[in-house]
Amino acid sequence: MDIQKILGKHRPEMDNLINILHDLQDASPRNYLPEESLREVARYLNTTLSAVYGVVNYYTMFSTKPRGKYIIRLCQSPICHMMGSETALESVKKLLGTDLYEPTADGLFSIELSECLGICDVAPSMMVGEEIYGHLSETVISKMISEIREREKTGNIKNTCDG
Amino acid sequence: MAEENRVVLKNLGKTDPESIDDYIDSGGYKAFRKVLGMEGKAIIDGLIASGLRGRGGAGFSTGMKNRFTSEACQKCENRYVVCNADEGEPGTFKDRVIMENDPHMFLEGMMIAARAINATRGFVYIRGEYALSVRRTQKALDDMKAKGLLGDNILGSGFSFDIEIKKGAGSYLCGEELTLLESLEGKRGYPRIKPPFPAEKGLWGSPTLVNNVETLACIPSIISNGAEWYRTMGTEKSPGTKIFTISGPVKRPGFYEVEMGTTLRTLVFDFAGGMQEGKIFRAALLGGAAGTFVDGSMLDTGMGYDLLKEKGATLGSGAIIVMDQGMSIWEMLNSILRFFAHESCGKCVPCRIGSKQLLLLMEQIKNNGADTEELCGRLLKQAEMMEKTSLCPLGQSHIMPVRTAVQYFPGLL
Ligand SMILES: Cc1cc2nc3c(=O)[nH]c(=O)nc-3n(C[C@H](O)[C@H](O)[C@H](O)COP(=O)(O)O)c2cc1C
Ligand code: SF4
Ligand code: FES
Repeated sequence: MDIQKILGKHRPEMDNLINILHDLQDASPRNYLPEESLREVARYLNTTLSAVYGVVNYYTMFSTKPRGKYIIRLCQSPICHMMGSETALESVKKLLGTDLYEPTADGLFSIELSECLGICDVAPSMMVGEEIYGHLSETVISKMISEIREREKTGNIKNTCDG
Repeated sequence: MAEENRVVLKNLGKTDPESIDDYIDSGGYKAFRKVLGMEGKAIIDGLIASGLRGRGGAGFSTGMKNRFTSEACQKCENRYVVCNADEGEPGTFKDRVIMENDPHMFLEGMMIAARAINATRGFVYIRGEYALSVRRTQKALDDMKAKGLLGDNILGSGFSFDIEIKKGAGSYLCGEELTLLESLEGKRGYPRIKPPFPAEKGLWGSPTLVNNVETLACIPSIISNGAEWYRTMGTEKSPGTKIFTISGPVKRPGFYEVEMGTTLRTLVFDFAGGMQEGKIFRAALLGGAAGTFVDGSMLDTGMGYDLLKEKGATLGSGAIIVMDQGMSIWEMLNSILRFFAHESCGKCVPCRIGSKQLLLLMEQIKNNGADTEELCGRLLKQAEMMEKTSLCPLGQSHIMPVRTAVQYFPGLL
């Protein structure tokens, strides 16, 4: 990942901080913001590293630790909760053989809990990367996992450059 | 069967959301062209006359907000329009539907508002998870620029205005307008004290108009067809149409744009097809987590700001969360209170401690059959205390679901 190239797309002003952090994180194959990147951001915006960390730590979409390439955001808000999000969570954990916030051994997936994703009409629901999955059942979840694994095997890879 | 009245969603399914030509062919940007030849005051008077009220939850007069923002701080060089697209209220997904299906509609509304208050720059603050909304809105902005509808000296009118997208990053509180402005400036989402309101001191201290996506998407039709036409729809105090989003165990959950004042019964049993096989209606939570519970006795009440307020309920964002007889009120309320505790920013004590206290009381209510009534009383008192002493509207929200849950379902059973 070319940090400077990403920074160069944004005017060096504080109000671009969150957009910059998103771009950097999206370009990272492991969906996270390493300290080197944050240092560069602080330098680019002429601010302190601690100011940048303050923002990174406040917002739940950002991570300073490596995560799976695909982040599974499982909604736990009231509607999904009432429609069975806990059962769905158990299924994802079981099928991936991992726990919340623990990337799978192959680095492909991380499971995270999220608040309402605005897809309540198909509750219980989740997002995987930018894709929406609703009416979650073990079948829906296992199909999603095998499709992504298959896609990755055939080389249709989201990010090829390394950060 | 009742039919929808699509005004905001009039192009849905008829135009390609990524084609500005489709939008223009369907009459798009005519309203904006019209206001280029009008005085700001005349545009604002039209909005006031239409009776349009903010669709983000509070229902404040859109025209009045425009007037305040245009009249504030005459010596200020900058004036901003911010579109609140942070949609995070559980049960609400209308703004996503608008942005994904017809982004030009709310952007044209934003251009008209900018012209009305003579704004210099605009921002659309979209929640980070709404990737498709971001992409479609960005495509729309790029196409507008290519057609000279955005930027310097728009269509040779002398009016210059630009719009940028700012992404959120996973915080419900950032949907609150003053917190949103903090986040937009690149800071952590800690609320500012009100007043001053954004109209006086908003983004970087300048007058700022903050409107919801749906509110802005109502504007082009109002300008094209006039305030009187708009008032033929809806009720006296809540004119126009509203997109309701219905979720829960109904046959056809989803979004429905209908006239204000349509009854809850029509929405749930007609549009959403009624309850799923074998399920019986028990309750609805109106307006999301920061909303109010109602039971079957409210089914024939019209969904309008004042009609609901008279009965102690709220329309809020337009979320209708349906519950059946098999669902527990305790479970739903507990999930709402967990949500609030999770989203509390921790800046003030009443909300930081209070939201945890409410969850502890909920545990006691669950485990303690005998004193339930007394414990519910304490739950209510605690939420009332938070309403009075919390720093921002988030800490003042718990009272709404708590009060109505206790009122309609004694013992939360
Ligand atoms: C905790 C909290 C969250 C909010 N979230 C949103 C939101 O996601 N979208 C929105 O438009 N308004 C939201 N609001 C309301 C805004 O503060 C504000 O009233 C609204 O953006 C004004 O626009 P309108 O007049 O067009 O409704 C929220 C308010 C609070 C207190
Ligand atoms: S009421 Fe809650 S969210 Fe608002 S400032 Fe206080 S702690 Fe933060
Ligand atoms: S409550 Fe889960 S997507 Fe809205």
